[in-house]
Order: sequence, then structure tokens, then C-alpha cells
Amino acid sequence: MSSPLLVQVASLARRSTLRTMRQPAVIVSAILFPMMFFAINAYGLDAATSIPGFPADSYLDFAFAFPLVQAALFGAITAGADLARDIESGFFDRLSLTPMRPSALLLGMLAGVVALGLLQGVIFLAAGLLFGVDVKSGPLGMVVLVLLTVLVALGFGGIGAMLALRTGSVEAVESAFPLFFVSIFMSSINLPRDLIEADWFRYVATANPISYLVEGIRSLVITGWDAQALSVGFGCAFGIIALSIAGASAFLRTRVAR
Amino acid sequence: MAAPGSARAGIQVEDLVREFKKGPRAVDGIDLYVEPGEIYGFLGPNGAGKSTTVLMLTTLLPPTSGAARVAGYDVVKEGSKVRAAIGAALQEAALDPFLTGREHLSLQAALHGLGRKERKKRGAELLERVGLVEAADRRVRGYSGGMKRRLDLALALVHEPRILFLDEPTTGLDPQSRSALWSEVSRLARDEGVTVFLTTQYLEEADVLADRVGIIDRGKIVAEGTPEKLKAEIGRPSVEATPAEGSGRDAVARVLSRFGEEIAAQSGAVSVRLDHGAGDLADVVRTLDSEGVRVTNLRLDEPSLDDVFLEKTGRSLEGEAEHEGEAEGSPEEARA
Amino acid sequence: MGDRAGGFFSVAFAVAGRQVYKYFANPAFLAPAFFPLFFFVAFAGGLTRVGDVPGFDYTGGYVAFQYVWALLQAVAMGGAFTGFSIAGDFENGFARRLLLAASNRQGIILGYTIASLVRATMTGVLVTVIALFAGIPMSGGFDLFGLIGLAILVNVAATLFGAGVAMLLRTQQAGPVIRTPIFLVLFLAPVFVPLNLLRGWLETIARLNPFTTILDAARGFLVGTPTSVLPAYAIGVALVAVFALWAAYALRRAEKTGA
Repeated sequence: MSSPLLVQVASLARRSTLRTMRQPAVIVSAILFPMMFFAINAYGLDAATSIPGFPADSYLDFAFAFPLVQAALFGAITAGADLARDIESGFFDRLSLTPMRPSALLLGMLAGVVALGLLQGVIFLAAGLLFGVDVKSGPLGMVVLVLLTVLVALGFGGIGAMLALRTGSVEAVESAFPLFFVSIFMSSINLPRDLIEADWFRYVATANPISYLVEGIRSLVITGWDAQALSVGFGCAFGIIALSIAGASAFLRTRVAR
Repeated sequence: MAAPGSARAGIQVEDLVREFKKGPRAVDGIDLYVEPGEIYGFLGPNGAGKSTTVLMLTTLLPPTSGAARVAGYDVVKEGSKVRAAIGAALQEAALDPFLTGREHLSLQAALHGLGRKERKKRGAELLERVGLVEAADRRVRGYSGGMKRRLDLALALVHEPRILFLDEPTTGLDPQSRSALWSEVSRLARDEGVTVFLTTQYLEEADVLADRVGIIDRGKIVAEGTPEKLKAEIGRPSVEATPAEGSGRDAVARVLSRFGEEIAAQSGAVSVRLDHGAGDLADVVRTLDSEGVRVTNLRLDEPSLDDVFLEKTGRSLEGEAEHEGEAEGSPEEARA
Repeated sequence: MGDRAGGFFSVAFAVAGRQVYKYFANPAFLAPAFFPLFFFVAFAGGLTRVGDVPGFDYTGGYVAFQYVWALLQAVAMGGAFTGFSIAGDFENGFARRLLLAASNRQGIILGYTIASLVRATMTGVLVTVIALFAGIPMSGGFDLFGLIGLAILVNVAATLFGAGVAMLLRTQQAGPVIRTPIFLVLFLAPVFVPLNLLRGWLETIARLNPFTTILDAARGFLVGTPTSVLPAYAIGVALVAVFALWAAYALRRAEKTGA
């Protein structure tokens, strides 16, 4: 009687994508806000390129990782809040009464996150190229760049799912947003780590995994093919994905304990 | 008719308990038995333990102790078998405002393992049955409360369950939507032999729909039986009189109190439970007349489920239900 | 006319009193300081080297450069939050009672503005205390009053703007409509580097943004080298006047539609 996992995941992913697509306000702000910050940062901090040792000729190229990471965060919080809303409203209970496997619910939600992440990645890349971002690693690098962006979105999505399943509260998930937002800034997002003067800030940025995601994405734009930055970046992304999905699965099991 | 314990059986509950960390036992050792094809009405005020019971019977909440079998399967050990056999429309129709009615049905059907063609067919069938054909491709956000409940019911029926749980299915609905839902529920039980377990805080609903009623208060079942049997236990009807101008309330009370014990009445009126049943009514009228006490209205009330509730718990259900107290009770009026 | 003026002020003080009382009942009244403080920490802590760039000629150093922006952001957000709470008052019906009870309804706006100033003082002090710990120089002396004056004008202008939007929309939906323009005005200015180091479209917009002049003058006051004082104050006063008319117009609209 139990339907194949794939049909279940596809149905749930379709649902979460549909509901996102039907809220133009969500899409527009998921695209617009990161772009706005990018545009302001890229031009506002252009002077930083004249700091001795700055690794890029144009701050536009340097800052391009910013909208990608911020967009991934935005998508993750939206998806996490959606999941929490399902728990609050009882929609989750309705689904639990079907022969659906609990993991299908998590996978369906994450598939929705990946879909939005892909959309954001492609749109930002197109907009960035239009603005004049020069991706040093070339067309193949752009593919890898979008791939890494999607993985970041997936990892953040896992954290969003963890929060939602643990608390079951939309408010709790949404109030975590400023915290995540802060942690993006407390990384090497605005300056390379070796150019951060305040010691404490440099330590925080070095300990912050977001620095490595940013540096991985950025290396494709400003350096070309940097094996070390890429392997650390992908490793970090996979690490976050593994940990957050393991955590989310554990919380999911507690929630459907029966 | 199946005996308790057989695989065809409806619902059997033995000494079911649910405790929450803070607060008293929400469900405090209940026993009940629902036969296949029966409509069982679970009646009680807000917070009596109705929903907690439904959550346990539908496997969404593990019991603290006790046992329950639904469709012949243990709710703790055989959860997935129970879920395959039941459909449930839980409180606050949980729907996605951004999906259409048809999309809801399609999702539900897919999760139940129906193929693509079957999904379409089943969805169209159910939309037709609950009268949502025209609204099928509109987003649920624009649905009325009644439409949401009907869609909720359709979703619970996607996999043709043998047992249906409805948790306060008509709370907050207007009278028209309410009676539409009632007739669909009766039809399901009558024509398709579906067992229905229904919770409600409306006496009228239990009275109209249920074959048998269990009254729950503070986690315990305080009375159980057919509505007729329960009302017959209380037995005696009551009479209510409204004094006319010039005749004081006290004068009316003095006369009526000779025929029975005074009970709560509408403001300004006097009501007593007749010691010797409806036969007293003629005597009441005669006595009022001979003593010159004039009344504008005299009404005979058959015992209602509320009287049963009052008798068993010492409190009135109407006072307990926080909202929409107007729906309860359907007194038969006899004007003198 | 004496009665009218009396009504105006007694209404204002009553409304202000209630608002201020509400702040003390709920520690979330410092919420407008969250983002300014966070940006201050992130920018002043992370971007210090930007202060070494050729052409960066602010004598107070990079941390002080960021502090002034954070301070003005904190007081502006204080105004925006007052707008949110007015919108909330309209949504939950409290504003209707206020309109019925007030003998002089213009006084309601003044009341909210006074309360907003009280709140902005507290958020501003919070930001300043943290900046002092971070070691900003307060070398402006008497000129610091110039900085405070500008902060007051920014707060009042933002409050009146927010009050106007809140009274026009009269639902919580007013939140983003108040916040987004204020954020844009704050960010489309010389945030990270002085105007002469900005480039491209951002330079063009920042030159047109009236807030840029206020920000420059405020930064000058902090280190005791006032620049473009007169234009900055003129712009500040003009903004207050324009938004006062805006708020008064919105109040009349709210009265007409019966709140």
C-alpha cells in the first residue's frame, strides 16, 4: 500500500514549489534584497580595492559571493518557516496519517529549497554578468558556482528544517533570521581574512564556516580554479548538509514517534 | 455484527490514559466500544479530553497507558495498519491556503499511493460529492469555513477508509453548512457502512447524528448510551412559565414549586422538573388559573442531552462551551 | 484659542505618557537598536583597514566614522518603530478610542513624536555607550551638541514619516512600507567611505540623497570640525516640516474614513 518514496518526495516538492511560486512577494524579496545589498556593497566599498594586498581588481567581483549566500539563507528561512507553519496548522498531522514515509516530508521540503536555490543562483549569475562581474574560471566555473550555491542553500535549508522540527513554531524559525544574517557579516564576506585588522573579528571570521563557503564561491570569480578554496568550500557545504540533515532527521523521528 | 476483539471490529478502548507534563490527566481512564457502521458521538465541553482521545485513536499521540484497537489493530504497535484503515478530519481544517482544492486531493491521493489516473478520478469524484466542483481550481485561501470543512472531509475519504474520525467538524459553521455536513456524514454511515467517531460540543449535533453518545467531562466518560436512553434516564420533562405583568415571579414560583423541584430558567421565568411527568401539565394550568396567577407563556421541555450532562456533572454544558451557545437544545414547545 | 492650545498639549502629553509607559513595560523597546548595533560591530570591526585607503581623510578614524552612521540609523529606526506601533494601535482599535477622546487630535501626533524622542534617546545612548567602549574619540567638545541636534531632527522626521504611513494604511502591513524607504535612504549614502571615494551610480545617488549632507555634518561635529552645518540643519528642518504636513494630512484621512 505504501507508495514509492520517489512519488511521495516529488508530490511534496511540487507542493512546496507551487506555494512559493504563488507568493510573488516571497520570490521578489528573495531576489531583490540580496541584489540591493550587493549593489550597495559593491559600489560603496570599491575603495577597499586600493588596500595593499587586496586580492581583486574590482570589488564587484569580490562581493559577488554575498548575494548568493544571503539568498540561500533567505530561502532556508522561508522553507523552515513553511515547515513550522505546517506543524502549527496541523497540515503535518494530516500528512502523517497517510502512508507517507517521514523522510519524504524532509526530502520534499529540501527539494523545494534546492529548486529555489537553483533559480536564485541562475538569476544572480545572469544579473552579475550584466553588471560586469568577471568570472575568472569561465563557463564551467559558473556551473560549479551555481552548484556550490545550491549546496549552501541545501545546508542552510537543513538548519531551517532542524529549527522547524525542533520548535514547531513559525515565530521561533523567523526570529532566528537576524542571528543568521549577523553570522554572514561576521565572516570574510566584506574583506579577506588577512586584511581584517581587529584580532577578535578575524578569529570569529576564521571560526565561522560561512567564511569558507564564501571563499569557495569567491575563488571561482576572482582567482579561477583554486583547488584548496574549492575543496574547503565544498567540504564545508557537505559538512553542514550532513550535520543539519542528521539533526533534522533525529528531530523528525521524535516528532512522529508512534 | 462483529464481536469485540474481532478483526472487523470498529473501535475498542480500555482504560486509556493520557497525561501531559503540566496539568491534570487530559484523558483519565476511559473505556468505550464503537461497532462497525455505527456513528458514535463523543460529547463534552472544551478541554474535556475529546481531542486528546481522537489524537490517540488516530495514532498521532501515544497513550500514557491503557489500550486501544481501531479496525482491529493496536494503535501503538500497529500504527501504520490503523492509519491505512482510518480517515480523519481534525480540528481547524489544516489546509494550505496557496493550493487549490483539487491540488490538495491530488497530493493526498499521491501520498496514499494512488496512480496518476486514479488520483484524477478519485479527486473529481470526491469534489463532486462534497459539492466543491466549481471551487475546485480556486486557492483554498478564498474558501469559506464550510467549504474548508467539506474539503477536509473529502481529503479524509481519499483512500476509502472504513473508520472516519471527525473532531468537532461543525464548530464555527453557519446552520446551513452544518446541516449539509450532517447529511453527508449520515449518508456515509448509512450507504457505505463507514464507522464514524465524532466529537462535538453541540448537543443538537450528537442528538441528530449519533447512534450512541458518550459524554466526557474532565477526562472521564460520565454517561453513555443512545440519546433516547440517556434522556429517558433523566426521565421527567420540565415546565417553564413566564409571569404576566401584574403577577409577580414569586407567585408563579409558589404555584410551580408544588409540582417539582425548581431548576435554572431564563431570566424572569420559573422552571421546575415535574415530579410526575408531563401528565402534571393540566394540573399546573388549572392551579395557576384558580389562584389567579397569570402567565404569558407556558412551555413543556422534554429532557435534553444538556439535562443529562447537568445531571451527571452538576454543570451545564451550555455554560461550559465558550462560544456559540445558541446551537444547543431543541425544546419542544407546548403552549397552554 | 487658548483652550485649543491647552488641548493640544494635554493630549500630546497623555499620548506620550502612555507610549513611554509601554516601553518600560517591555524590554523590546530597545529593538530599533539591534540592526544599527549589529552593523556597527560588523562594519567598524571588520572593515577597519578601509580607513587606510588613500583619500579616506576622516580624522576620527574608521570606528568613529561608522559610529555616526549607526547613531543616526538607531534614531531613524526609533522613528520607524513608532510608526509600527501607531499602525498597531489602529489595527487593534486603540486609535479609535484615542481619536474619540482627544480634544485636539493634532496633539496625538505630537504625543507620539515626544515618545519617539524618549525612545530614540535611549537607543542612541546604548549605541554611544558601546561605541565609547570601542574607543571612539569624542573630540568635538561643544560641537557634540550639533550632532545631538541633527540626531533629534532625523528622529522627528522619521517618526512623522512613519506616523503618516501608519495612519494612511492603518494595518500592520504598514511595517515594510515604513522601513524599506528609511533603510534605502540610510544605505544610499556614504556608509563605508566618504563621498569622494564612492564610485559609479552609488556616488550619483548619494550626492542627490539629502541624508548625505546630514551624515557629513554629523561626522564633522563628532571630531570638532563642523562642515556644511547650515545646509544640514536646513535640510533637517525642511524634512521635519514636510513630514509634519504629511502626518497631518494622513491624520485627516484617518478621521474621514472613521479610523
